[in-house]
Amino acid sequence: MSMQTGYASSTSELQSYAPAATDAGVAAPAPRREIARSRPVTAPRDARTEPGPVRFIIIALAIAFLSIFVVLPLVVVFASAFSKGISAYIAALAEPEALAAIRLTLLIAAISVTLNLVFGVIAAWAISKFDFTGKTFLITLIDLPFSVSPVISGLVFVLLFGAQGYFGPWLQAHNVHILFAVPGIALATIFVTFPFVARALIPLMQEQGTQEEEAAISLGASGLQTFFRVTLPNIKWGLLYGVLLCNARAMGEFGAVSVVSGHIRGETNTMPLLVEILYNEYQFVASFAIASLLAMLALITLIVKTILERRLDEGQLPNGD
Amino acid sequence: MLRRILPLVAGLLWASSALAADATLLNVSYDPTRELYADFNKAFAAAYQKETGKSVEIKQSHNGSGASSRSVIDGLQADVVTLALAYDIDAIANKGLLAKDWQKRLPLNASPYTSTIVFLVRKGNPKGIKDWDDLIKPGVQVITPNPKTSGGARWNYLAAWGFAEKKYGSADKAKKFVGDLYQNVPVLDTGARGSTVTFVERGVGDVLLAWENEAFLAQREFGKDKFEIVSPPLSILAEPPVAVVDTVADKKGTRAVAEAYLKYWYTREGQEIAARNSYRPRDPEIAKEYEKSFAKVELFTIDDVFGGWTKAQKDHFAEGGIFDQIYKN
Repeated sequence: MSMQTGYASSTSELQSYAPAATDAGVAAPAPRREIARSRPVTAPRDARTEPGPVRFIIIALAIAFLSIFVVLPLVVVFASAFSKGISAYIAALAEPEALAAIRLTLLIAAISVTLNLVFGVIAAWAISKFDFTGKTFLITLIDLPFSVSPVISGLVFVLLFGAQGYFGPWLQAHNVHILFAVPGIALATIFVTFPFVARALIPLMQEQGTQEEEAAISLGASGLQTFFRVTLPNIKWGLLYGVLLCNARAMGEFGAVSVVSGHIRGETNTMPLLVEILYNEYQFVASFAIASLLAMLALITLIVKTILERRLDEGQLPNGD
Repeated sequence: MLRRILPLVAGLLWASSALAADATLLNVSYDPTRELYADFNKAFAAAYQKETGKSVEIKQSHNGSGASSRSVIDGLQADVVTLALAYDIDAIANKGLLAKDWQKRLPLNASPYTSTIVFLVRKGNPKGIKDWDDLIKPGVQVITPNPKTSGGARWNYLAAWGFAEKKYGSADKAKKFVGDLYQNVPVLDTGARGSTVTFVERGVGDVLLAWENEAFLAQREFGKDKFEIVSPPLSILAEPPVAVVDTVADKKGTRAVAEAYLKYWYTREGQEIAARNSYRPRDPEIAKEYEKSFAKVELFTIDDVFGGWTKAQKDHFAEGGIFDQIYKN
C-alpha cells in the first residue's frame, strides 16, 4: 500500500516538473537536454522499504548489543573507580606506582608515535608514489604486526635481546639494557603500532595520485619542497587520523609489553600492566581508577576520530582543506 | 584553567621520579608475596639507614615463580630472587648466574619463612571438607593452578601425593589418588593468585588449594563471613627460598646490600614481619608468640618424601612426567 502511494506521488512530481523544464528550455536549450538525460527512468525507491516492526527490531538489537558490549563495561569501570568516593580515586592516581606507570605510558607513546609517524609517512610515500619490485612484499610486511599475536611480538624481542638470545651476551658485556627496560618496551610498542600511520595514509595517497607532485617538480620545486608544500598539506588529516589510532594502541598495548617489561614496580609497568597487577592485589578502586584513565583516552580518541573523519571527507574535495 | 592545571599535572608526574637512593635493589619474587615484601622492604630500608646511614630502595617484580625465574634467566637484572621453590632458583643457577650451592649459603635451606598448603572453603563448609580424601569425592570441585607453571600448584600436588602415599602405602595408589583429584579440577590457572581470583571473585569451585598465607590474605580481604580455612591434619612443609644472584649483584656492586637484605629475614624483626603476614616464622621464640595464628599440622618435607626438588621435578612435572600421564586420562 505504502509502495503504491510512494510511486503515485513521484509520478505527480514527474508531471509537475516537466512544464518547468520546458519553460527553461525556451531560454537556454542546452541545459534542457541535460535535464532530460538526468531524469530518473524509474521512480526513486523509498530508502526505508523495511516494514516498521523490522526496522524497530534491527535498531533495538544494535542498541542492545552496543549497550551490553560498550556502554555497560564503561559504566562499570567508572562506577568501580568512584565506588569509594572521589578522594579515594585521586589518592589512587597519586600513588608513586600509578604516577610512574602514567609517566612511562606517556613516554612510550611519545617515542613510538614519533618514530612511527616518520616511518609510516616514508613507507606510505614510497608505496603510493613509486613503482618498484617487492612493493607487495613491503605492504605485507607493514601489515604483519596486525596478524601476529602481540605475545609473539614480545617473545621475538626476548629471543633477540634476552640474555640467552642472539644479541643478549654482547649487550650484557657492553652493559646495554634493552629487555626489561624502557628500550624493550618502546621496541615492542613500535612493532605493534607500526601499521597504523602507514595504513591510514596509503589509500589516501594512492587516491590522490602523483599529478600535483609532478606539477610541483616541473615548476622547479625540490623533493623536500614538494613534500612539505604539496604532499603534506594533502595528507594532513589522514596523517592525524593514523597518529591518533597509533597513539591509542601504544598507550593501551598489553600483551607484547607484558612479555618484555619484567614487571618492575614503579619502573617498567605501563598503565595496562598496572591495572592487572592492582586487580590481582584486590585493590579494585586503584585498578579501576587507572582503567578509567585508559577509558577516557578511548573516549577522547573516539571523539577526535569522528572530527577527523569529517575533515578527511572534506579534505578529499579538490579545493577543500 | 587548562593552562594552570597542565603544568601542575606534569610537575607531579615528573617530581616523584627525582628521589634517588644510595643503592637500589631489584627483588624478583613470586605472586603471593606482594604484601609480605611491601612490609619487609619498608622495615629493611629503615633498619639499613639506621645502621649504615645510607638509603636503599628496593624495587619489586612479581610473577608466577616459574615465569619470574625465566625472566631472570632472560636477563632481568635481579639482585636477589625470592621464589616459591628451590627448583626455580636451581634453574637460574644452572645457567651460571649464581653459585650452585646457593641453598647452603643461608641457614635453614635459605628459606627464612615457611608455609604449608591448606584448604579455603566457602562459609559453613557446605561440602564438609576436612582432609585430603574429601577432595576426590564426586561432585567436589577443586581449584588449583597448573603445576607446570605455578610454584604453589607444585606444592599443592606434592602435598596431596605425600598424603596419599602415607595413607595408602604405595606410589601407585598415590598416583591413582592424585589422578582422581585432578579429575575434580575444572580449570587450571597459570598462577596461585589467578586461582585465588577464580575461586574468590568468580565463585567457581568448592575448595581452593592454597598457600596458607594466601588463604589468610583472601580471608582478610573478603571477610571471615565468606570463607573458612580448613587445615588438613597432614600437609607439606613449603620452603620458599631466597638467594643473591651473584653475577648481577657483583656487576652492579650491590652484593653487600643484597646480602644484608636477605640476612635481615633472620632477625627478630624480619621473623615478626613474616608471622604478621601469615608466613610461618622459623625463629622458635617468634613461632611460639604466634602459635595461635597457625593450626597444628603435621608437616613432611620434600626431601623426606620425594628426595629433593630436582628429583621431584623430574619425576612429576617434566615433559611426559607423572602429571602429564594423569592429567591426560
